[in-house]
Amino acid sequence: MIFQPAIIALLLASAVSVAMLFVAAPFALQIIRHWDIRSGSERQLQLERRTYLFSTLAVFVMATQLLSLLLFVFNADKMSEMFVGAMCAVGALNVNAYGFPALIAQMTVFFLAAGWLAVNYVDTRAPDYPLVRIKYAALLVLLPAVAAVLWLQLEYFLNLRADVITSCCGSLFSEDTKSLTGDMAALSPIPAMIGFYVALGLAFATAAFHAQTRRGGYAVAATSIVAFVAALTGIIAFVSLYIYEHPHHHCPFCILKPEYDWQGYWLYVPLFAATACGIGAGAVQPFRRVESLREVIPQVSARLAAIAAAGFLIFAAVATVFVTRSNLILIE
Amino acid sequence: MKSWIEKQRHLIDFTLSSLLRRRGRNLGLLVVYSLLVFVLASAMLYSHALRREAAVILEGAPEVVLQRLVAGRHDLIPPGYIDKIGQMRGVQDIRGRLWGYYYDSVVKANYTFMVPADGSVAKGALVVGPALARQRGLEANTGVSFRAYSGELRSFIIADVLPQASEIASADLILINEDDFRAFFNYPAGHYTDVALTVANAKEVRNVANKLSKLLPDSRPILREEMQRTYASLFDWREGIMLALLSAAILAFAILAWEKASGLSADEKREIGILKAIGWETGDVIRMKLWEGGLISLTAFLLGFVAAYVHVFKFGAPLFAPVLKGWAVLYPRFDLVPVIDGLQVATLFFFTVFPYMAAVLVPIWRAAVTDPDAVMRS
Amino acid sequence: MIELRDVKKAFNQGQHNEVWALSGISLGIEAKRVTALRGPSGSGKTTLLTLIGCLARPTSGRVTLHGRDISGLPERFLTEIRRKTFGFVFQQFNLVKGLSAIENVMLPAYPTGRPHRELAQRAEALLERLRLAHRRDARAEWLSGGEQQRVAIARALINDPEVLVADEPTANLDTALAKEFMAILESFGAEGRTVILTSHDPLVTESAVVGRLVDMRDGLLVEHHE
Repeated sequence: MIFQPAIIALLLASAVSVAMLFVAAPFALQIIRHWDIRSGSERQLQLERRTYLFSTLAVFVMATQLLSLLLFVFNADKMSEMFVGAMCAVGALNVNAYGFPALIAQMTVFFLAAGWLAVNYVDTRAPDYPLVRIKYAALLVLLPAVAAVLWLQLEYFLNLRADVITSCCGSLFSEDTKSLTGDMAALSPIPAMIGFYVALGLAFATAAFHAQTRRGGYAVAATSIVAFVAALTGIIAFVSLYIYEHPHHHCPFCILKPEYDWQGYWLYVPLFAATACGIGAGAVQPFRRVESLREVIPQVSARLAAIAAAGFLIFAAVATVFVTRSNLILIE
Repeated sequence: MKSWIEKQRHLIDFTLSSLLRRRGRNLGLLVVYSLLVFVLASAMLYSHALRREAAVILEGAPEVVLQRLVAGRHDLIPPGYIDKIGQMRGVQDIRGRLWGYYYDSVVKANYTFMVPADGSVAKGALVVGPALARQRGLEANTGVSFRAYSGELRSFIIADVLPQASEIASADLILINEDDFRAFFNYPAGHYTDVALTVANAKEVRNVANKLSKLLPDSRPILREEMQRTYASLFDWREGIMLALLSAAILAFAILAWEKASGLSADEKREIGILKAIGWETGDVIRMKLWEGGLISLTAFLLGFVAAYVHVFKFGAPLFAPVLKGWAVLYPRFDLVPVIDGLQVATLFFFTVFPYMAAVLVPIWRAAVTDPDAVMRS
Repeated sequence: MIELRDVKKAFNQGQHNEVWALSGISLGIEAKRVTALRGPSGSGKTTLLTLIGCLARPTSGRVTLHGRDISGLPERFLTEIRRKTFGFVFQQFNLVKGLSAIENVMLPAYPTGRPHRELAQRAEALLERLRLAHRRDARAEWLSGGEQQRVAIARALINDPEVLVADEPTANLDTALAKEFMAILESFGAEGRTVILTSHDPLVTESAVVGRLVDMRDGLLVEHHE
């Protein structure tokens, strides 16, 4: 274990998130069991008051996950100097088998929380709170997910050995590596670009279509997820190359560094926001036939889809600007 | 959207005025909060600056340093040793170095005597580090004498004082001519302290080191990147220990925040009751209270951080230097290069704002769910 | 406009100190009239007022507003309806100390997100109407009892509600001020505003402004005066 402030901070944040949800779990169970919106009994009034606490907690956990995602990447990047062969975050995450899973788990929790908040939002717009039981059952699912993040982080940090020789973005994302990430990097720029723009265009079109016509809500979520993966692939396969102006530097994290003027944030902020909104728009779809939500859901999901469309558009535009502005020539 | 922004503005307005109305109560919390940020930020800024200082020094160091060991202890490099290494692929330059420590009983400190590679110091002259110059009141063209190992007193003329830029390593440094060095320390002719190897290609360093230890089994190659890593983890570790010690303070602070947030005064309770009765919703009250927490956090964070910045970079961290530095006998005076690092700010945020917000969440909710009809029942 | 059907309200339900403040009330309240609830303290008239004014939910029974059942609505929605429909004047006036008169008046409108300038204009107009324009920047605790009540009335009107609800409005006023309040009440009656109030002050209950008097005792209605 490496004793470092940022590591302690990350573990603290995860532990507090888990503890909060854990303490809240019994109350969520009470809501599932005793909820009766028609009743004016004091127990019902108490339960209703508790719902405010839970949505505040969920927002808090989600914000924490997002911030600690950033801190996690920052920290991995800084730790890289302690490992032989590691030159950036990728190397540090590769020191043991838990680095990347921890990162992915954290992103997953973030998107799950985004979906939950979308459902919560529409539910509180209907006077009979029709989704209360579903919502709190889902909150109970969030608990193991957050706990998994904590566990993966613990395993990752406890198993850090400074003398391990690790591979860095040079080898992980270089063309001759036989791995998924290697394959992502090995994509030659033209198919990667085509995939990138097609997926983003599709996600944008679906979201914009849904915002206009309010149809195809599930498709918004599906294309958002696909676009998210395609966008990350595109960043690894070619966008990062243009930013670094180096034909073999495929790292998705180094673009967050000050050396590259923090250009990565211009990409990741709209991408994450758009994906979260797209997932949110999909998450509320199963309930669109619920009587009291007939009006609410199309409105809310249209708004979320509009944000998602704007986010994907900004992301694609920013990526295009980075590519065209670069001095690197990949495609003759 | 516009009305949403307008609403948040109203909430912030109200929060600000309610904070100002209870100035005394909030000031206490703000002071404690800022103090916590100050202490943590000082520790972090200071160790980060030290870490960078060390990195800057190592930047100029040779890629590989070869030491000879006798029974596990550092010994002199005998004549002919360097020739044995001879030509090695990847090695640009091989050079024997001469340096050593000297205890000065006048100021009770250790100096490092070193012969510069370029032979730039003339016979009878010295170039001294800034801390040492300060301590002994030396400047260019003044004289100084030290008692040599032979017992006789030897005088030198100060040719120059080293620049201040990176003081931590050069503070106690004295550059001396090779002949003077050998005479002063009775250093056997042809011997060296260690061997520095310059390796151009970073990927070759490990190969060179492997070859060296095979060729000269009684030697120990020290790699620059290993040194860098050692220093980095040493400082991280110190910073970590410091934080672990301070975690008790963080916990105490979180408890204080919880107490403060849940121990609402009768006045505040009445106020929330009124707000609920006249048409504020539970969510509105929670939002208002979260703004309050956010504003307090932001103020404390800024105050504490700026104070820590001044403390570390303007005054040289007088409160923490002895704990965090502690690796040189002669303390350099600190004019650390100000560095702020995103990771550190984010970490600091997690250690201060995060516990605060987590601690006040439940009390805020509890205050906000006051019955709207409570004011009418009392 | 407001219908109550067999409304009951309990406090500390299921505990040893359980109290039934209302034990079955059915009542209709017409719009554009001043209705007074009269009864000794502990008769449940304030509790009834909180149910009518959407401050609380009945333990059982139905409350409808304009034909819409609001008895099962969660607080979030109840608050929204309350903000639009009811303005409250409390017995203790309940102004926020430390804030000026005009800020107190604007307070209920903050969560609506109406632009600040619009709010300030409306608040000034209300203070003007209640002859308090000169006291607009005075802090709540510097105001006299009568002034505090008039600020409270202005505050109740800031969101332009249909119904004004007042709990024992004259209990903390001397006769002169109580008469002043009755004059304001009269002007509301003349405008055709709906007012619901509780009182056991004969000055109020026997006034000609009060169009309907509802008598209460022990959580039940006694009789109807027309």
